[in-house]
Amino acid sequence: MSDTLTSDPQAAAAAPEYPMERSGRCPFAPPPEVMELAAVAPLSRVRIWDGSTPWLITGYDEARALFADSRVSVDDRMPGFPHWNEAMLAMVNKRPRSVFNADAEEHTFYRRMLSKPFTFKRVEGLRPAIQKITDDHIDAILAGPKPAELVSALALPVPSLVICEMLGVPYEDHGFFQEHANVGLARYATAEDNMKGVMSLGKYLGNLVEAKMQNPAEDAVSDLAERVSAGEITVKEASQLASGLLIAGHETTANMIGIGVLALLENPEQLAIVRDTDDPKVVAGAVEELLRYLSIIQNGQRRAATEDIEIAGHTIKAGEGIIIDLSPADWDPKKFPEPDHLDVQRDNADQNLAFGYGRHQCVGQQLARAELQIVFSTLLRRIPTLALATSIEEIPFKNDKLAYGVYELPVTW
Amino acid sequence: MKVTVDQDKCVSSGQCVLNAAQVFDQRDSDGVVVLLDNDPPADQADNVRRAATACPAQAIHVEE
Repeated sequence: MSDTLTSDPQAAAAAPEYPMERSGRCPFAPPPEVMELAAVAPLSRVRIWDGSTPWLITGYDEARALFADSRVSVDDRMPGFPHWNEAMLAMVNKRPRSVFNADAEEHTFYRRMLSKPFTFKRVEGLRPAIQKITDDHIDAILAGPKPAELVSALALPVPSLVICEMLGVPYEDHGFFQEHANVGLARYATAEDNMKGVMSLGKYLGNLVEAKMQNPAEDAVSDLAERVSAGEITVKEASQLASGLLIAGHETTANMIGIGVLALLENPEQLAIVRDTDDPKVVAGAVEELLRYLSIIQNGQRRAATEDIEIAGHTIKAGEGIIIDLSPADWDPKKFPEPDHLDVQRDNADQNLAFGYGRHQCVGQQLARAELQIVFSTLLRRIPTLALATSIEEIPFKNDKLAYGVYELPVTW
Repeated sequence: MKVTVDQDKCVSSGQCVLNAAQVFDQRDSDGVVVLLDNDPPADQADNVRRAATACPAQAIHVEE
């Protein structure tokens, strides 16, 4: 820390507080203060909760370069590591190593255990199941009263049931699973509720791992159970990895569905392109643009430098914290001209950083893509007159969560 | 066009198969890249370049 302050005392003293708040008038845009910093330089100092002043990366090229740089570590035990909050710092020595906080070969070891169910082909094989789950929920919406609340009727249950399918959660446990998996998404859940949800799920998944060791099937928990049987990991580690898949995968997709539908409803000419096409490539391109435009993972990807790194005329010194902020990087006008325009036919939208980049890039990205493609295109095809049942000013946004989105989305047709 | 892949670097993102399924595959056991064609035809060149750019682990090397 003292190094950081003495190396550039003026910049450190002037460093603005981070994270910053979005503007209520532009709910899809990154926070205005972040965009002001980004307009001046692709990286700058910010001040976080503990008073330290890590680097905030807002430029697209710089974000991509640092994500791919082996001198940039995710090891949260490093002294300069910019923790999200006090609770994350307090847990630092208790948290087991996993894909999230291991570097290099150790990371590869965990990552490869998780990769099997997410290969492009395995995900393609899940498409009929995702389509059926989506159609069933849209049937229920059409048969129910108007307006419908789209987050609880579609955005939440679809990814949660898909992850049940993928993990191999037995059908009769789906109710329990959805209830506990969704606690983290609830607006008024207390810390205690969250902790209970996490513990019940952890216990449940541990039991499921043991059951799959006896009776394996073609699913992700059976894959992990096989590693336990082979003596590579413990039941607890397997349960931890399965929880990671669940939380990282299903919350983010649920949020992306809700706010993605809202962004399309607010841009009717763009919505019409997605609704009126039979071409899966057009739908896939639209999903990439929605990923770019919304880049819902907020509060930045946290890293620390293990060596001095020269970038864009600055030196990030060994031991200094780095926060790579996805949404300003995906709104970098040098990479994406007129970034504030949702353009579902943008030709380079697939180069977005919504899933990150580098060795820690989202392991579930192909599943997320398949879910988003199926849900957006099916919803608009089956309910072509879909409309917001309130004004956008009345929509509650998730400014207080790690993944941005909407708490509720009343729609009619 | 000559294509090589580094399986040690690969993180199984599936970006290569998404962009160029005729040139790349993934191992069933852990999703690690498998090169199907190290000298792909000209009509695959754009797809291969896109795959190399998209690869988050920079594990695909293309010699034009």
